[in-house]
Amino acid sequence: MIVFLGIALALVLVSIVVYMLLTRKLREKYAFFWIVIGLVVLVLGIFPQLLEGLTLALGVQVPSNLLFSLAIVLLLGVSLHLSWEISQAEDEIRRVAEEAALLNTEVERLSARLDQLERGVVTAEPPSRPNATPVVDRVPDEPTLEDDSR
Amino acid sequence: MSAAAQDAPDTVAMLEPIMNDSLGRVLVIVPAWNEQANVGNTVHEILSRTTGLDVVVVDDGSTDDTAAVARAAGATVIALPFNLGVGGAMRAGFTYAQRRGYDAAIQVDADGQHDPAEIGRVLEGLRTADISIGARFADKGDYAVKGPRRWAMVFLAGVMSKVAGTRLTDVTSGFRAANRRAIAQYVRYYPAEYLGDTLDSLVAAVHSGLSVTQVPVAMRQRMYGNPSQNPIGASVYLFRSIFALGLALMRPGKTTGGQTA
Ligand SMILES: Nc1nc2c(ncn2[C@@H]2O[C@H](COP(=O)(O)OP(=O)(O)O)[C@@H](O)[C@H]2O)c(=O)[nH]1
Ligand SMILES: [Mg+2]
Repeated sequence: MIVFLGIALALVLVSIVVYMLLTRKLREKYAFFWIVIGLVVLVLGIFPQLLEGLTLALGVQVPSNLLFSLAIVLLLGVSLHLSWEISQAEDEIRRVAEEAALLNTEVERLSARLDQLERGVVTAEPPSRPNATPVVDRVPDEPTLEDDSR
Repeated sequence: MSAAAQDAPDTVAMLEPIMNDSLGRVLVIVPAWNEQANVGNTVHEILSRTTGLDVVVVDDGSTDDTAAVARAAGATVIALPFNLGVGGAMRAGFTYAQRRGYDAAIQVDADGQHDPAEIGRVLEGLRTADISIGARFADKGDYAVKGPRRWAMVFLAGVMSKVAGTRLTDVTSGFRAANRRAIAQYVRYYPAEYLGDTLDSLVAAVHSGLSVTQVPVAMRQRMYGNPSQNPIGASVYLFRSIFALGLALMRPGKTTGGQTA
């Protein structure tokens, strides 16, 4: 009975992974690990003697101990990998957030400047430049864009 | 120290030559997180106590009116979409400074603890080094720090002095200025981790060959609200800072091939 449960579990795991891969809900790099785990469980489910043989060969007292240790090691690996990936992703998200904020600021600056130009008030220097000659608002002699469209 | 020689009253007069001299265009970066009660005052004070400085407030995903208040006070605002911490905010500020071609940038906290009248003095430090730190309790001011946080400061200062090869007494001070070289280094690497913004960034900067100096400044109490450090957190601060510094020191010079420490 327990053998069938093991096999069923492995099959369910593998088919979920394959399904998620097909529907692009899981990226290959994560899928690899899970497929390996699923296959190992499947093999052990079909050939329980393998586990017993391995237990003897390694000098472990009880097969279940070996199974649990293996499971813990695998899960440790998986979660370490996830922590690493998440740190990486967080770093990228932060960069993107900074970039978005900077672009936003730039857009605000440009649209403010555009408003000025459209109102026909042209400053000698772009605003927010210290040490440049004092910013003087003056009405241009040149026709503005709007005048051009006549 | 030269601080005693120059007294506070003519700070504005003192600032004049700085702006027109080799230091060039200077950007003041103000990290702010839910500081609507303070940021207006701070920006206003900076603009009125100095000449020719641009002020950019990095609003770090505040849930209050920090951005609007800062804008009204005359600052440019970089509004981050969510809270990145002081490190992320400062990196955004330095990136802005680099892209807009500033020659130097100085961090001034929004809470009013950093006296804008001292900006000129901290900037002066850039004449001899790439990074200039405005240090409290360098025999100046009445800002007192006690208990574990104080021990942490003394310990960190000792270690950082060794690393930087110069005497530093207040390495967690956020009141610091950077020249072009330092700005470029910060843009490449400015850690967001806890305390990374002050400690790790400094270690990384020194490892990449930048020089550091400190200038004594008086610091004030924050005007409204509570500092992010409560008394209970002070002991945690001690351990986390040691952890952060240990990590920073063990890290190989990731910005350059070799190391100088
Ligand atoms: N950008 C940003 N700024 C912050 C954050 N937390 C605090 N600050 C700002 O950093 C400055 C110093 O904060 P404060 O709590 O007074 O720290 P302390 O002076 O080291 O005790 C103030 O200008 C705060 O607004 C944050 O998460 N993000
Ligand atoms: Mg403060």
